[in-house]
Amino acid sequence: MAEKIGVYICHCGTNIAATVDCKSVVEYASGLPDVTVAREYQYMCSDPGQELIKKDIKELGLTRVVVASCSPLMHEPTFRRAVEEAGLNQFLFQMANIREQCSWISENKEMATERAKAIVAAAVKRVGFHEPLEVKKVPVNPNVLIVGGGITGIESALQIADSGKKVYLVEKEPTIGGYMARFDKTFPTLDCAACILTPKMVSVAQHPNIELLSYSDVTGFSGYVGNFTARIRKRARYVREDKCNGCGLCTEKCPISVPSEFDCGLGKRKAIYRPFPQAVPNVPVIDRDHCLFFTKGICKVCVKFCPRGAIDFDQKEEYVDLQVGTAIIATGFDLFDAARVKQYGYGRLPNVITSLEFERLSHASGPTGGKIVLKNGQMPASVAILHCIGSRDTNFNEYCSRVCCMYSLKIAHLVHEKTGAKVYNCYIDIRAFGKGYEEFYKRILEEETIFIRGKAAEVTDFAQSPAEKGKLVVAVEDTLLGIPRRIPVDMVVLSVGFEPRKDTTELGRIFSISRSKDGFFLERHPKLAPVSTASDGIFIAGACQGPKDIPDSVAQGAAAAANALSLIDRKEVTLEPTIAFIDEKQCSGCKICIGLCPYNAISFDETKKVSIVNDALCKGCGVCVAACPSSAIKQRNFTDDQILAEVEAICA
Amino acid sequence: MNRAYDDSARLICKELGIDLKELKDWNCCGASAYMSIRELRAHLLSARNLAIAEKEKKDLAVVCPACFTNLTKTNHYMGEDAKLRRTVGSALKAADLQYLGSVKVRHLLDVIVNDIGESEVKAKVTRPLSGLKVAPYYGCQFTRPLGDYDDKEFPMMLDTLLTWLGAQPVNYPLKAKCCGGILMTTNEKVALGLVRSLLDCAVQNEAMCVATICPLCHMTIELYQGSVNKEFGTRFKFPLFYFTQLMGLAFGFNRKQLKIDQELVSSKAVLKALEVAQ
Repeated sequence: MAEKIGVYICHCGTNIAATVDCKSVVEYASGLPDVTVAREYQYMCSDPGQELIKKDIKELGLTRVVVASCSPLMHEPTFRRAVEEAGLNQFLFQMANIREQCSWISENKEMATERAKAIVAAAVKRVGFHEPLEVKKVPVNPNVLIVGGGITGIESALQIADSGKKVYLVEKEPTIGGYMARFDKTFPTLDCAACILTPKMVSVAQHPNIELLSYSDVTGFSGYVGNFTARIRKRARYVREDKCNGCGLCTEKCPISVPSEFDCGLGKRKAIYRPFPQAVPNVPVIDRDHCLFFTKGICKVCVKFCPRGAIDFDQKEEYVDLQVGTAIIATGFDLFDAARVKQYGYGRLPNVITSLEFERLSHASGPTGGKIVLKNGQMPASVAILHCIGSRDTNFNEYCSRVCCMYSLKIAHLVHEKTGAKVYNCYIDIRAFGKGYEEFYKRILEEETIFIRGKAAEVTDFAQSPAEKGKLVVAVEDTLLGIPRRIPVDMVVLSVGFEPRKDTTELGRIFSISRSKDGFFLERHPKLAPVSTASDGIFIAGACQGPKDIPDSVAQGAAAAANALSLIDRKEVTLEPTIAFIDEKQCSGCKICIGLCPYNAISFDETKKVSIVNDALCKGCGVCVAACPSSAIKQRNFTDDQILAEVEAICA
Repeated sequence: MNRAYDDSARLICKELGIDLKELKDWNCCGASAYMSIRELRAHLLSARNLAIAEKEKKDLAVVCPACFTNLTKTNHYMGEDAKLRRTVGSALKAADLQYLGSVKVRHLLDVIVNDIGESEVKAKVTRPLSGLKVAPYYGCQFTRPLGDYDDKEFPMMLDTLLTWLGAQPVNYPLKAKCCGGILMTTNEKVALGLVRSLLDCAVQNEAMCVATICPLCHMTIELYQGSVNKEFGTRFKFPLFYFTQLMGLAFGFNRKQLKIDQELVSSKAVLKALEVAQ
């Protein structure tokens, strides 16, 4: 029986219509075999656009539908739904992309129109080979895995836990809190970071619905939306969490002091330590590389003094498997390594410090008790803050790190307030985009901070005049005055930008999520699906997706929580039926497909000596289909007939 | 004076087992000025040298950073720019030459540090330059604009090599700054100021001499010390060595072999202190 195909050409406003002669495409489509009707419309995705399709299905008895518009990423579900609502199986539909793959990449209207015709012809020919498919429904496990216990992960965890769902919060470090725990004050309100963060950390510790796995990481993640299994590695703390009451006696008595990572090496910590006093969980950890028991087999002072017998040198790392339905990745960022830009002398000139080191200096419970001092213990009389270190720089990272302008203004304020020093800000542009930010900028301007528009060229200890003797000299082109300047100061703060974490590739592989050009995790849609990923049920939030300040990170943490909760409350999810299946008669049992499957979805039936695809695990990537030497594996909706029909139509 | 660079470079290369073959019928690269005035012709000059090297199936080890930069630029742009490749190609054809882009252009310093390496160099050191405080001076063209073998703004390769020789490279923040070079002919006052800074900086950091990797830098700093002193009332008498001469000294060659006796500012006092003067 011949099919009755309806073809709909979308103008997408002028996105398509400006470059493609839609009318001529409609005429062409009308003449194609089996096409019953061809129409054009300004916005096919709009309600009236969808109505056109539904009406034609009902009145003309269409058996197949083709919409030529944008990429299927956004609107394939829209049109499938419309087709289904009109009583046709949703898979008897094909989308032809004449926007991203045609109008947007063409300038010549005539050629673009010919190209659009070929794309439409291919879809029409293909859709004739489509078969109705049924979608499968599976229940959603309501437990949520959250990776990363910074402010973003904390926000997500509390939102979800408060709604009564179980949260597993996995944090790599011995404590949650992330970067925010290390900051002094926060822009533009100048709240103390600890004052607003630590209550939330305590809530996480006390929440009955949150299970905190600190000093742990995710090593494996398998399954499918609604039904994942996460493998967690819990590293050995050598202190038993169930026994320790956090009295701190062990830390006090430990004889070994080493530079504290939390304080950027500016202060000391013991070999048995908590990164900072308000750490959550309030349980210390033993640093094996420095502990005298682990290095020399002696000491054991902590064991002697612990009133609860919580020290356990025999503790081993353990692995646990968690069953969850969704996951939120909130792993944050790395700071740009200032030593990579040699001309600013970080690591070579002692009073050149990073912005994070400044935060620790300025922090009331930091290594100097909040005093901003030079390496010799004296207060600086002048400080230069250099913006955009590692950001907006084609030698390093092209992107803007978004937060540095604002935290540089905050640093300028803190220096001014605490030392009365003269403060210079060398900037390219000031980006004060958020609520209250421009006002904050104005306030700092009025504090007589000196703003020099120009990226600093270098920091040198070569004195060209007596005034420069013993100083750090910032060489900068003042682009407003049009002159090069040399500014002698006592301290230089490098406002370093954000970078993707070093383990981003590894983590992306574990969760099957990809990265954008800048290396951060890629969201499903930059505007309309900012916390979703291409993998259903896996969400991203905060600075692992790109540089973000605290308000934006918290907003994304809450957004990801809402996305996860919405999925959980649906109670069941549908699985795409466009997956691979194996024709047992043709399978030779060579097992090539098993090693290639990135989702471990194929196993081997030893009695029948054939491979089998697990429907729930298969994501329909098609790797096995292409690799099978006996063509025993096929993929629904991507059959040879369908693909060859497309090729044939394009080549015709 | 530049003969000293040539001779000392050949000498230490031979010692290290580097088989240098002088390019047959090579031509001038046009130095740093020509590229900015007649870009295409400057590319042609470098392309001819590259074509000859390719014909002889050789990579280029270059001692002059100006030649090095021009050759590198031409090599790079001929790879990137199809139009340039065609134009230069047709010009080369007239001389029965062609260039397909196979030649690697390297500075000799890079070859010695990264290909020959620490153990080979150290093995040849018979007279370590212990106690010699040296300002390592790279000049402006060693890593810029296209270098990825060292940090563009604060290179370290020469510092590393000097430590292998037993010398002590001092902190030298001006290590990659301009010496004035050709500016000496058009704006002498500005150029003299640059030379003065280079010397000031070396003195501030207690260097006993400057090590150079560029014949133009070397000449500018050495030749114009008198003019600097006249202009600014300073009293510089600061000796310079090509890095190849310092290598030669450490390898046990004498002043004459290394053409140190042709210098304009005497290094005798410095070398006497080291007990290496012969």
